[in-house]
Amino acid sequence: MALETIDAAAKRGVLALQEYAVLSARALGDLFRRPFYRDDIFLQADIIGVGSLPIVILTGFFLGGVLALQSASTLAQFGAAAFTGQLVSFSMIKEIGPVVTALMVSGRNASGMASELGSMIVTEQIDAMRALGTDPLKKLVMPRIVATIVMLFFLVIISDAVGICGGGYVSVFMLGQDGSQYFHTSYQSLEFADVFQGLVKPIFFGFIIATIGCFYGMKTRGGTQGVGRSTTQAVVWSSILIIATDFMISRVLIGIFGR
Amino acid sequence: MTQVGANGATPPQSSDSSVEPVVVFDDVSIGFERKPVLENISFQVRQGEMRILMGPAGVGKSVLLKLTNGLLRPDSGRIFVFGQEISAMREQDLFELRGAIGTVFQEGALFDSLTVRDNVGYRLLEEHLPDDEITARAEEALRFVDLEGTLNKFPSELSGGMRRRVAIARAIVTNPKLILYDSPTGGLDPITSTTIIELVMKQRDVSHTSSLLVTHRIQDAFVLAMHRFNRATNQMEALPPHQTDPNTSFLMLHQGRLVFDGTTKELVHSQDSFIREYIS
Repeated sequence: MALETIDAAAKRGVLALQEYAVLSARALGDLFRRPFYRDDIFLQADIIGVGSLPIVILTGFFLGGVLALQSASTLAQFGAAAFTGQLVSFSMIKEIGPVVTALMVSGRNASGMASELGSMIVTEQIDAMRALGTDPLKKLVMPRIVATIVMLFFLVIISDAVGICGGGYVSVFMLGQDGSQYFHTSYQSLEFADVFQGLVKPIFFGFIIATIGCFYGMKTRGGTQGVGRSTTQAVVWSSILIIATDFMISRVLIGIFGR
Repeated sequence: MTQVGANGATPPQSSDSSVEPVVVFDDVSIGFERKPVLENISFQVRQGEMRILMGPAGVGKSVLLKLTNGLLRPDSGRIFVFGQEISAMREQDLFELRGAIGTVFQEGALFDSLTVRDNVGYRLLEEHLPDDEITARAEEALRFVDLEGTLNKFPSELSGGMRRRVAIARAIVTNPKLILYDSPTGGLDPITSTTIIELVMKQRDVSHTSSLLVTHRIQDAFVLAMHRFNRATNQMEALPPHQTDPNTSFLMLHQGRLVFDGTTKELVHSQDSFIREYIS
């Protein structure tokens, strides 16, 4: 009995992985097939990108601030408080900026995608779309993937910049450090590998957020309760995958660049 | 009934092209999670014909309709629509074919974030027709279902019956050659149901569109079989006594199998105990 349960769970897992891979591959393939839903991409870019801007700015600012606050006290013990700017910019650009921005966007948009598409599934709107001759993967999934990848890339840049400014605010106005020194150490210590690492990650994270959100939305079953379940699963799995992928990308890039 | 070739990939051909079947089901079976839902279903829908599919709730009527426009694929058997074997077609090719099929879903399945105009003209929007033409054709379709003036409303602002009528307008806006109705009167009050049935009849008798209509309401089925639409008075009227519409016939499902395929008279005079109980 226990073996049967494990067997069924394993099969479900493999099937879900296969369905996820097929959905992602088909949606990416739709980028090169007509019709190209350009307007839908812009609409999603507005919803995902512009809509997420306030939370990204707020979280970025306070993260930078708390990083400066925490690191300055530790660095001061070694007489290295002047390196606060370097530590904040390193952390924001390489790790915290991309990961936290992706998690915030995931919480807002993976859930939104799963609930929107899930509601369309349970009210037969997806079937209606197919019956009207429109490919839902092309019309609904592909624009969300493109928009999330592109917009998350820019959101991460904004988050990094705002985070460094937040750190600067705390360093100057709360810790009494020199502003010029803070910003000087912030950008002077950065190298190509650091910026590259910070800009590669949102591309992968954006793909994860959109495909996981759409995948759980498109496989919704069981009415409004099913929509709720899909929404939760989309946020949980996209968050887990973002952090796991962050580890793998960091490992690979540190291996390549040595920092 | 025309027989389907056992091995060929083409549907049966008739010497008279006007009676070439629009839909052919050839020994079709489908199941979900190892449980059979439909078994060995074979029937045809000819041009201009309305086939009313009846059966108890949960017997697989909607599944059969989804098989007809390729939303579901059979586990075995073949399905031909307009002479093309849709059970063997790629999803990409099916999208094009579905352009010639209108579908009215059980609850309407209108896009809740689009206005009535955009819902009705959805296919036209996808074809990038000029805005004026889309509006004109949406208005024309809405006029057919007596819903002029709702163009800029959202589905949530309409009653259940109105949403169903918008769904019919959306299905007919491109003048499809085949319309699939999935319980168009389900959950509606008797007066609204009659309005919907009158619209279905109007489409049958005015446009002569082939159709497959799913219902579990026997009264709706008999109204369709025993009435016709009068264009002069713009309303339906009863056929003379003992007459039935020659283009309307019945299919009945029971426990996943097709237990009846015939005319109204054959249905009424059937000796099958299940059918007698169902229509009584």
